[in-house]
Amino acid sequence: MTARGLTAPQRIRRPRLPRAPLVGIVIAVVAAELIPRSGLFPAGTLPPLSSVLAELCREAGTSALWQALGRTVRTWAIGLVIAVAAGVVIGVVIGLVPVLRAITASTVEFLRPIPSVALIPAVILIFGTGSQSGVVLIVYAAFWQVLLQVLYGIQDIDPVAMETARSYRFGTWATVRHVVWPTALPFVFTGVRLAASVALVLAITAELVIGTPGMGQLISVAQSSGATTRMFALVLLTGVLGVLVNVAFRFAERGVLSWHPSVRRAR
Amino acid sequence: MEDTITTEPMVRVTRLKKVYESSGRRVEAIGDVTFSVARGEFACIVGPSGAGKTTLLKCLAGLLQPTSGTVELEGTPVTGPPPGMAVVFQEYGRSLFPWKTVQQNIDLPLRQKGLPRPERERLTAEALTAVGLADVSRAYPWQLSGGMQQRVAIARAVAYEPHVLLMDEPFAAVDAQTRAELEDLVRSLWKTLGITTLFVTHDIDEAVYLGERVLVLSASPTHILEDVPVGLPVDRDQVTTRSTAGFAELRARVHRGIQDAKAGRQSTAQSIVGTAQ
Repeated sequence: MTARGLTAPQRIRRPRLPRAPLVGIVIAVVAAELIPRSGLFPAGTLPPLSSVLAELCREAGTSALWQALGRTVRTWAIGLVIAVAAGVVIGVVIGLVPVLRAITASTVEFLRPIPSVALIPAVILIFGTGSQSGVVLIVYAAFWQVLLQVLYGIQDIDPVAMETARSYRFGTWATVRHVVWPTALPFVFTGVRLAASVALVLAITAELVIGTPGMGQLISVAQSSGATTRMFALVLLTGVLGVLVNVAFRFAERGVLSWHPSVRRAR
Repeated sequence: MEDTITTEPMVRVTRLKKVYESSGRRVEAIGDVTFSVARGEFACIVGPSGAGKTTLLKCLAGLLQPTSGTVELEGTPVTGPPPGMAVVFQEYGRSLFPWKTVQQNIDLPLRQKGLPRPERERLTAEALTAVGLADVSRAYPWQLSGGMQQRVAIARAVAYEPHVLLMDEPFAAVDAQTRAELEDLVRSLWKTLGITTLFVTHDIDEAVYLGERVLVLSASPTHILEDVPVGLPVDRDQVTTRSTAGFAELRARVHRGIQDAKAGRQSTAQSIVGTAQ
């Protein structure tokens, strides 16, 4: 009778370079360098990767870029926090009350597929052209991602776990905290990751279309002033931002969900 | 009989009936069940599969509302999960919270009771020692074998200091050897702690080996076919007890009851009850 895996966790990893992803990256880099030089596209519209990277390094020395990046990240973060908070709280309440679930189901299904971008004119009318319009769009788009995942998570609650909690006379708050929340948490993480990506798309879109200061606006200005290479350098940077956001959330997920089967297997 | 008249029974079930109704279908899971369990008694409830054993247990635990009839715990009607009761479920893997360590799993119900921390720590440690798992308190349930997980679930129930312990086929999902170990564990916990225990099982041998009394359920709609007192000695042993003539006789008697229940031979079953009384 020994506990499996209690003594030294089996994490004997062979020092092995992940070859496949590297190959993929090399192919992408080579393509990004060669295709612009192939003459398939009109001269000056699609700069090769090397000059984009060089431009990015130059831009990195200017404060304008960092200011714009900061603004975009700020809008993104505010919108995301509001969307996640609202999605989790409303999701838990709707998910746990069958009547609410039945009442809201059709409304959710109708509102959810409306593309946030289609709301831009309405948002400008109501909230003006400041950064709050971007936040509103982000909240709208990201909220559904979180809400839906929370609802899935609550459906996933084990009836035996729930009966255990009931038989030991857990109150509503204790049940939510110790049974509902841990069960929903993996779903919440998925929702937050999806929401984070959508929020970034919306943050840039709002700046592009409405013209509030930020990365989107810089990209738009670069394009209209014919600075194609700079435009692509900025696009590349938004891509890097997206990857960083995703990696950060995956990392947090692994830490918090160490008990979850999906994370247990991955170790 | 004198005992039940002079002292209040621990659990009293009176004319319990449970009907499930869903979209025009009406299933009578429990027909009419009446019995009582004395303080400190170890009673096993055995019945053929589909006899509504789990339904009955859930009604006892206050997890299901009966259609009619009453369940009383120490004279108080059960309308929801009562404070003096703990349930050990068959699905230990789903009943233990995988996001909590063994110790936290046992501690959590005690926190709901509002016990102070030192008291909780003492109860948790004592319960883990009682089930022989003092050294794994920091492990997560999923790091343990099935038998050990069910031990944790039993420790959680024992630490709760219930007056009545309900067990719903707790060993149906473990291997035979582990099962024998766990049976002896439950017997010895009952002997040392004196908790009134109601043990639901489909296994006749297990019912006779564990109980001081075996209640035999009929097929659905359930009623009590037979109430068999088990006159085996208090100290039991997997090998010697199971090979005694008394054990074989009890086993045969309960077995016949179940067979009759399955075949729906009400009359024969009734006549057995007649001879038993």
